[in-house]
Amino acid sequence: MSEALLEVSDLLCERDDRLLFQGLSFSVTSGDVVQIEGPNGSGKTSLLRILCGLSDHFEGAISWRQQPIGKVRQAFYAELLYQGHQAGIKSVLTAQENLQWSGVLHEDISIEQINAALAKVGLQGFEDVPCYSLSAGQQRRVGLARLFLTAAPLWILDEPFTAIDKSGVAELEKVIAQHALNGGSVILTTHHELHLDVSVRKVKLGEAALA
Amino acid sequence: MPETKTASLGSVLVGMCRRDLAMAFRRRSEVFNPLLFFVIVVTLFPLGVSPEREFLSQIAPGVLWVAALLATLLSMDTLFRSDFDDGSLEQLLLSPQPLFLLVLAKVLVHWLITGLPLILITPLLALMLFVPDESMEILVLTLVLGTPLLSLIGAIGAGLTVGLRKGGLLLSLLILPLYIPVLIFGTTAVQAAAQGFSVVGHMSMLGAMLALGATLAPFAIAAALRISVS
Repeated sequence: MSEALLEVSDLLCERDDRLLFQGLSFSVTSGDVVQIEGPNGSGKTSLLRILCGLSDHFEGAISWRQQPIGKVRQAFYAELLYQGHQAGIKSVLTAQENLQWSGVLHEDISIEQINAALAKVGLQGFEDVPCYSLSAGQQRRVGLARLFLTAAPLWILDEPFTAIDKSGVAELEKVIAQHALNGGSVILTTHHELHLDVSVRKVKLGEAALA
Repeated sequence: MPETKTASLGSVLVGMCRRDLAMAFRRRSEVFNPLLFFVIVVTLFPLGVSPEREFLSQIAPGVLWVAALLATLLSMDTLFRSDFDDGSLEQLLLSPQPLFLLVLAKVLVHWLITGLPLILITPLLALMLFVPDESMEILVLTLVLGTPLLSLIGAIGAGLTVGLRKGGLLLSLLILPLYIPVLIFGTTAVQAAAQGFSVVGHMSMLGAMLALGATLAPFAIAAALRISVS
């Protein structure tokens, strides 16, 4: 059993006087795929944002490699890939420029690597097209191309399957499973039934609100 | 899997600037709004108040400075707005690179596309308002020191209000008081120069404020953004 990468203990989140979840504890080790489940408005996105350190509307402790995330922010972010609800894609920039910028923020990547990643998400020939002329699904794919460009062990993906077609979903599932097999970890939210070759752990939200 | 190699700080700064400049270039019409506003306000003064040489040369430094200040203020709200809306801001905050450096690059580009054009067109407008030759140089110099400061201070307010749906008015209320010292030292320097007094004191004060702003504001902007996004 390898040691936990991300560890969450006794997490409580309250938004606008509404208790989203409490007493939430789980840990993510290498090779884990964790699916956050729950109805709309149960706090899935809030939880992911809290895990990334984007939001501090919580009580409890979150640690990254046995250190509280507030203290090891830079080291944590160097090993984290977060794909939010909003993909972070600039519509006036081309797919290539968007990924280049993402490289600036994280790790050095070359144009060849970017083009290869775009080809893998089915966007060959769209490298130089401004993103506003791409479809919603294609824009999502530009964001997902980052999965091929990162060496980060932990992926946090918020609804990665939104607007992606059937074959795209299957490919994305393969990528996620492969990442887990390579020793990476994935935390994701989706309403879609996952078909992965690796086991998926589920964390259920929304019970606190019902109880 | 590609090997991990974090980009060096210099290339981060260059990469950030290149991206923001590319975006500005593709939205040229929006980018020139502040400049257009500046030119319109300044040209309306001789028409609306008085075209007399004596009068215009007296109010010119104030008019140019106030117009530059308002033009910057107007452009401030958009600094982080689109990044906030499309999730780029989250990516920015989750970067392992130091956040103050990333925001410094954004402010630098903001100054390049709003402050710098204002400075470049100022001599022309100053000529139109009969600014005497001896204070022309000082006028441009105060703007060179002052407009980056306006961008830096404004970015703190923009960072604080980006999370609000309608932050425009609040933004103005927050940063206007902080703009006033810059305005006072800027205009009084030009007036002093016109009357033949030394401007070393005024310029030193502006320079000191800029040094303070350039070193401390990026940290304040970074902190403001973290608060806004959470």
